[in-house]
Order: sequence, then C-alpha cells, then structure tokens
Amino acid sequence: MPTLEKDGRKIWQVRTTKSQLIRWGAWLVGLAAFIFSWKEISDNTLWFMMDNVGEVVADIAGRATPPAWSFVFELGRPIWDTLAIATLGTFFSLVMAVPVAFLAARNTTPSKVLVRPIALLIIVSTRSVNSLIWALLLVSIVGPGVLAGLIAISIRSIGFCAKLLYEAIEEINVVQVEAIKATGASPMQVMAYGIVPQIMPAFAGIAVFRWDINIRESTVLGLVGAGGIGLALQSSLNVLAWPKVSLILLVILVAVVIGEWVSAKVRGAII
Amino acid sequence: MSAALEAKLGQAWKKPPFITNPVFRWVLIGGSILYFVVALGGIEVSWDRIVKGMDYGKRFITAFGGIFVALFDYIRDVFPWLSETFPRFFGPPTGNDPSDSRWIEIWTEKEIIKGLYESIVMTVASTVVGIAISIPIALGAAGNIAPMPIYLFCRAVIALSRALNEIIVAIILVAILGFGPLAGFITLSFATIGFLAKLLAEDIENMNKQQAEAVKSTGSSWGQWINFGVQPQVMPRLIGLSMYRLDINFRESAVLGLVGAGGIGATLNTAFDRYEFDTVAAILLTIIIIVMILEYLSGVIRGRVQ
Repeated sequence: MPTLEKDGRKIWQVRTTKSQLIRWGAWLVGLAAFIFSWKEISDNTLWFMMDNVGEVVADIAGRATPPAWSFVFELGRPIWDTLAIATLGTFFSLVMAVPVAFLAARNTTPSKVLVRPIALLIIVSTRSVNSLIWALLLVSIVGPGVLAGLIAISIRSIGFCAKLLYEAIEEINVVQVEAIKATGASPMQVMAYGIVPQIMPAFAGIAVFRWDINIRESTVLGLVGAGGIGLALQSSLNVLAWPKVSLILLVILVAVVIGEWVSAKVRGAII
Repeated sequence: MSAALEAKLGQAWKKPPFITNPVFRWVLIGGSILYFVVALGGIEVSWDRIVKGMDYGKRFITAFGGIFVALFDYIRDVFPWLSETFPRFFGPPTGNDPSDSRWIEIWTEKEIIKGLYESIVMTVASTVVGIAISIPIALGAAGNIAPMPIYLFCRAVIALSRALNEIIVAIILVAILGFGPLAGFITLSFATIGFLAKLLAEDIENMNKQQAEAVKSTGSSWGQWINFGVQPQVMPRLIGLSMYRLDINFRESAVLGLVGAGGIGATLNTAFDRYEFDTVAAILLTIIIIVMILEYLSGVIRGRVQ
C-alpha cells in the first residue's frame, strides 16, 4: 500500500509518488497537445466572421423552411440508386470477404506464414481508406455514376466484413468440426457441415450490420460524383436551393433511421 | 417410438434450412433475386469511359508501385553498405543523389504538409473536446445513474449525433462558419459524442453495483460517489474507446476536406481533379501509414489498461 511519511505519521495515498508523477506528466503532455492544436485551428479561423453566426443560422433556417415537398417525387430515382449501391455493394463485398476471411482465420488458413499476412493486408488496406476516397479514385477510373459508388462501397466493406467474419471463424467450436471429420468427410464437407453452420448467424448479422452502415455511406457518395441521393444534394447545394437541401437531408435521415431499424430487427431475430 | 420418428426411418438425412418457414424462405429468395436483377440492370455502364479510365487506373497503380521502388532505391543510395553486404538483394547502387528524388519533392510539397498537419491538429483537438463533452453525457445517458428527464435528453443527443453523417454535418457547418478547420473540428467533436457517450453509457450501466454501493455507504457526496465508485470501473474502457476514436477521427478528418472543412482531403480532391496520381498515391500511403501506426498504438495502450 503506497504511503507518505509526514510528521512521522504514515498517510495513505492512492498511488506511489512515481506513478502519480507519470500521470501528471501524461496529463501535461495531453493538455499541451490540445492547447497547441486549438491555437492552430484558431489561427486558421476568421473570427470576425463569427460575430454574425446567429444571423447566418437564422437566415439559412429561414430559407430552408418549409422544405420543397413537391421535389420529393424527383428523388425516387436517386434514393433507389442509393439503396442499390448499399445493397449490391454489401452483396459483392461479402462475396469477396468470405474467401479473405477463411484465408485470414488462424484455424482455416492454408498457410500462416504466406497467405495469412496477405489476407490481413487486404483487410487493413481496404479498411483504412474511407469510402469517399475510394469513390474519388473510382470516379476517375470508371467515370461518374452509380457504378463507381457500387465498386467503392464493395471494396471498402471487404475489410470490415472479413475482419468480423474471421474473428467468428476463429471462435468456432472445434468439437463439432472434429465430429464431422470423424465420419470421414472430405475437407469441403467439413467446411459445409462443420464450419459454415456455426458461423452462419454471425455472417447474417455482419451482413445486415454492414448494410446499415453502407446506407449511411452511400447517401454522401454523390458529393464526389458517385451516384445516389448525394448527387441531388450536391446540385441543390451548388445553386443554394435551401428548401430542396432541407428536404433531401430529411429524406436521408428517414432512410438512415429505417435502415437502422430494419438492421436491428433482423439482428434481433437472428441472434 | 413415436410415429413421426417412425416415418423418418430409412430416409436420407437432409441439412435443416437456415430459415425454417418454407413460404417465407422462398419469398425471401425469390424477392432477393428479383431485386438483384432489377437493381443491377438499372446501373448504367459506359464502356467507352471505362476503357478510357483504365489508363488512369494504370497510372494510379504505377504511381503507387513507384513509391515503393523509389523507397527501395532511396534506402540503397543512403546506405551504400547494404549493396555491399547483400549484393544479390539490393543490386548495385544507382549512383543518383538520394536527396534528388522526385518523391521527396512530392512529399514535401507545401500543400501536402499543410493538409496533413491540419488533419492531425483537427484530430487531436476534436478528440479531446469530444471526450470532455461525452463524459457528462454518458453519465446522463446511463439509466442506473441519471433521473428520467436527463436520461431522455442525453439519449436524444446521442441518437441525433449517430443519425447524422459526418460529411452532412460538415456541409451544414461549412455553410454557417465558412471554410476552414473550425467546421471540421466541430463536426468531429460532435460525431465523437455519439460514439463515445453511447458505449461509455453502456459500460456504466453494466458496472458492478456493489462497489458503487460500498462507496455510497461511507457517506460520500454525489461527486465522490462518481469519482471513487464509478470512474475506476469504467476508466479502462474509456481509455480504450478514446484511443479508438482518435484513430477514427483521423480517418474521417482525411475526407472532411472534400467539402471544405479543412485537412488533407482538399489537397487530395485537387490532386484527383488534376489527375496527379503521384500526389494521390503519396497522400493515400501517408494516410494508411498513419492509420496503421495509430491502430498499433491504440492496440498497445488498450492491451495495457484492460
């Protein structure tokens, strides 16, 4: 128990002097980093523009209400495209993520030294680049449109799905696999009857979870030209058509909330 | 033996289906296939554009590979002893002046350095502010600590923060506050609340009641109760989540620039518009490396505190 000698009496302390000093040092470094960062942001901000922020907010809010309700009929196609990007993108990413997951899981990979690091590299590199950046790249390769968004979402989701799936594969019950093996099953049969049934609930959960995330992400892909409702948002923002902007934002919010509700329901039914 | 079992004797075993209700199963399968065909058929593909774009794709891949080749050459030229010790692997030195490389020029371009610097600054500031705001909101959103009205209010804040996409918040804030890192900083701080407060509140709700009760029974005030009964229990998770959020905020800060909210994204967007794939590859690689370092660091720290 850490104590402090004072006037010949021992006083209880939460920590030893050394660990207390380390803590203070960490706080100091963190605080200094924050203050420095804040100063940089502050230096790059035109503060005199902030004097009338209230007026600007009131002005934009005034222009944006009421939303241009009649415009909603023109949003049918963009929202259909957004859903298509999210759904088909999830499907194609799962098609690619399943083999990657099996190659990355310690208990199913054919080679731990050679194949597993490559699979892990695919997972890390697809995950660390944001879907908007993928969309930028693909817009310049396949041209603006839904296709670029679809490919961007598919690639971006591989890492996420494969990571969760390979963790599920690593946690399977070996006894069941062993039992199938003992009947004389071929490796493919072991896969189909021993491993796949065990990861099927996790797989369905991951698919729905990612579909939910993809709906959110595909709503903004249009900002870089990759199709969907973001395209309508961008064109309305460019001409400062605030009533249309507010309507589009509402539609996006509704789509996201419905997506999350469906995903929660399906996951609740599976798990 | 029951009649049902009797009837099944002698028949081959069949794998039970994942969805038991046959009507629901076939409607689901049929509907999925129909949707798939219709949705896929609705996507317009311009093959002319793709054929043209393949050239861009090739240039991007060449640029990405070029960095690694250049890095290899650079290492060989800076450390000549490597080619002497491992002649088969490194080969003879190129004899170029290492500081003359085109890549150093690209990497030290003012725009890239400035953008990256701004991204990092935004990440640090917004993570700190986001955590500072998240903690009281998490306390309010924990059902076992907060009274009902506060609970509902805090849950509403969390739900709002989670429902709004970062990019959309950034667009609105850029319209209000103008271009610059302030809009990005506020966006990231706001997004941090939805993530951190929700997970922290869940952890507080799952804490060990007895420890908190023990502190309360000593006659502690509310502040002491939170500080000595609750805080030590959730601290490891708070540190882990904060590190994870730092990582996410950096990734997000890289794209906020696309809508004018500061950071490296603006530079990246310009580079894509000009088809300068060398710059694109350099920026992307830097982002990936920083993300990997952050992910490794957060893994180490989470491993130590948990």
